Amino acid sequence: MKLKTLSTLVGAVTLAGAAVFSGSALAEDTIRIGAAAPKTGPLAGGAAVTYWPNVELWAHQVNERGGILLSDGERHPVEIIEYDDRTNPTETIRAVQRLATSDGVDFIIPPYGTGMALATAPIFDRLGYPMINVTAITDQTDALTDRYDGVFFTLGKTTPLAQGIARLAADMKANGEVGDRLAMVNVADAFGIELAEAARGIFEEAGFDIVYSTSYPPTIQDVTPIINSALDADPDLFVAFSYPPDTFALTEQAQVSGLMDEVDVFYTAVANAFPAYRNRFGDSINGVYGVGGVNPEDPAFVEYKEAHMDVTGAEPDYWASAVMYSSLQVLEQAIEGVGTLDRQAVTEYLKNNSFDTVMGEWTFENQQITNYWTVGQWQNGDFYGLGSTEGMDGTADPM
Amino acid sequence: MKLTQTDVWRGVAILLVFFVLAWLPAVPGADGWLSIVVPITMYTVLATSWAIFSGPTHYVSLATAAFFGVGSYTLALGLDSVPYPLLLLMAAVLGGVMAALVGWATLRLSGVYFVIFTLGLAELIRQVFTWYQNNMGGTRGSYVFTDFTDAHIYWQLLALALLVYLVGWLINRSRLGFAIRIIGGDESVAKHSGINVAWSKIVLFMVSGSVAAVVGAILAPRFVYIEPAMAFNPQLSFMVVIMALLGGTQRLWGPLMGAIPFALVWEIIASNFPAQTTLLMGLAFLLVVFYIPNGISGVVLRWYHQARARQGVNHE
Repeated sequence: MKLKTLSTLVGAVTLAGAAVFSGSALAEDTIRIGAAAPKTGPLAGGAAVTYWPNVELWAHQVNERGGILLSDGERHPVEIIEYDDRTNPTETIRAVQRLATSDGVDFIIPPYGTGMALATAPIFDRLGYPMINVTAITDQTDALTDRYDGVFFTLGKTTPLAQGIARLAADMKANGEVGDRLAMVNVADAFGIELAEAARGIFEEAGFDIVYSTSYPPTIQDVTPIINSALDADPDLFVAFSYPPDTFALTEQAQVSGLMDEVDVFYTAVANAFPAYRNRFGDSINGVYGVGGVNPEDPAFVEYKEAHMDVTGAEPDYWASAVMYSSLQVLEQAIEGVGTLDRQAVTEYLKNNSFDTVMGEWTFENQQITNYWTVGQWQNGDFYGLGSTEGMDGTADPM
Repeated sequence: MKLTQTDVWRGVAILLVFFVLAWLPAVPGADGWLSIVVPITMYTVLATSWAIFSGPTHYVSLATAAFFGVGSYTLALGLDSVPYPLLLLMAAVLGGVMAALVGWATLRLSGVYFVIFTLGLAELIRQVFTWYQNNMGGTRGSYVFTDFTDAHIYWQLLALALLVYLVGWLINRSRLGFAIRIIGGDESVAKHSGINVAWSKIVLFMVSGSVAAVVGAILAPRFVYIEPAMAFNPQLSFMVVIMALLGGTQRLWGPLMGAIPFALVWEIIASNFPAQTTLLMGLAFLLVVFYIPNGISGVVLRWYHQARARQGVNHE
C-alpha cells in the first residue's frame, strides 16, 4: 500500500508536469480559440443559455464556411478549447492563464459573469489578448477601458439598464397610463443592489410614491411574504431587480396571489428574457416587462435564432445571446480585417472599424458599445425591446 | 528561550529557501505558472495558520472565509483613503478582534457546536456586508483597482508565509504552545493543571483569524471586482481544512505538503477533464481518505523514522 501511495504521487506529479509543459504545438491551419466559463456552479445555468451555445454556433458556422479568411488567401478553421471555471474567479484566472500560456491559443472568448470577467481583465491586458466582454455589466466601464487597452464592453452599464424601466414607467405615468404607487424589491446581491440604487433615484425624481420597498437574500426560498406585502401596499407598478431563481419564483407567486392582475406594470430583471421564462409561464406573462431586449422581427435576428435552434437545439435568449454571438462575429471580422493572428493589430482594428452583426452595425466608442437595449416586454410569445440608450431600430411600443 | 545550533541552521536554511522562492517570478515563462503558484501560496498560508489553532486543539474551524472576506472588504473599502500597508495592518487587527469576540463567545463550546458556529459566521458577516451595501454603501467597496500583478501578490503572500512559520515556531516553543498541546490531549487535565484554557484557545484563534484576514486583503486586488458571495465563499473554508488534513497538522510544514499536491492534482484534472472536474476531485478525496489518513506529512515522517531505524540497524 505504501508503494502504491508513492507511485500514485509520483505519477500525479509527473502528469502535472506533462500536462502543464506540453502546451500543444500550434497547428498551422487551425485558429485556436479559448473559452473559460461556468459549466458547474451558480452561474452554470445562465452560461448554458447565453454563453456556450453561441460559442458552439459560431464555431460551427465559421467552420462550415471553411474557416476565417486570412491574408494568405486561405480559410483557417477554428478550434475551441473549453474550460469549466466552476463559477469561481480563482479558477477563471487560472483557466485564462492556462489558455494563453500552456495552450497557446490565438484568441480568448472572455469569461461569463461580471466578477469572473473583471478578474481576468488584467490578464487579457498583460498578455495582450483583445477582450470583447458581453456578460460583464458594470458602471465602471470607463475606468476599465482607461486602464486596459484591449478590453471592450458590449452589453451596457448598470445605471442605464436600471434607467430603462424607470424612464419607461415615468413616460407612462406622464401620459396617465399608470398610477404613481410603486412597489420595488431587489435581490441583495451585487448586481441587484446596483440596479435598485440606480433606479430608485429616477423613480423618485419622476414623482413615484414608493409604497413598498424591500430587499431579499439571493438564497431566498419562499417569496410569498414579499408578494403579499407588496399586494397589501396596493401598488400600480411592481418592479423587481431579481436574479434567475427568484425571477421565476416572484412571477409565479405574483400570479397565484393575483398581484400580477392588480398592477399595470410587472417587471423582473435577470432571466426574464430567457425562453425558459416563457416556456414556464406561457401566455400568462403577456405584457410582463424585463431587462434587456431584442427586435425579434429583425430578419438578422430571425435568421440567427433559426441557426441557433438548428445547431444547438435550443432557443437563444432575448437579450444577451444575440450580443454574445455578435461579439464573436466582431472578433471574426476583426481577424479577417487584419488578415493575420496579430493580436495587437486586431485590438487596433476593433477600435477603428465598424462591424456588421446580428445586433446591427457596431462601432466601439472608447472601447464600448453605447447603444443597447435596456428594457423589453413579452408580447405574444416574443420579447420585444421597448427602450434603449440611444434608440435602437425596431423599438416596439408597450402593449 | 535558547536556540540550539540545529535551530540556527534550520532557520538559515528556511530563509534561503524563501530567498530562492522569491526569485520565482523572474524565471522566464513564470507568468503562466504564477496563476497556480499564487493559490498554492495562499492555501499554504491559510492552512498553516489554520493548523496552528486547529491542529493542537482539534477544534475544526470553518471560519476562514469569514476572516478572508473581512480582510478583502477592509482593503476594498479603504483603498481610496488609507495607505495600502496600513490597510493590511487594519485587516490583521480586525481579523484578530473578530476572532477574539467569536472565540470568547464560542470556544467554551466544544466539538460540533464550534464547527457549526464558525460555518455560520461567514454567512452572518456576509449578510451584514450585504445589508450595508444594500442600505448604505451602494456599490462602494466593490471595485479594487490597483497596479498589482500576480508577482506582487505572490511576494506579499511569501512574506506572510515566512511570518506565519516564525509565529508558529515561536508558539510551539512557548508556554502557550505547551499549554495548548495539553489542552488538545485532555482539556480537563489542562484545566486542573492551572492552564487558562479559554484564554489560550482565544489567543491561537486570533493568530489564525488575523492571518486569514490579511490573506483576504492581499488577494482582493487580484479579483478587481468583489462580491459578498465571492469574498465569503464557504468553499474556501472547506478547502483550507481539506488541504491541512491532507498535509497533516502534526507539523508546521504539514499543510504545505497538502497544498502543493492538491493544487497540482487539481490542475491536471481541470486541464484534462474540464467537464468532469468535480467528479474526479471527489474520487481523489476518497483515495486520500482511504490511503493517507494521517496526511502526507504523516507518511513522510513514517518513512523518515523507518529510514533512521534501518540505518541504525546497519550501523550495529
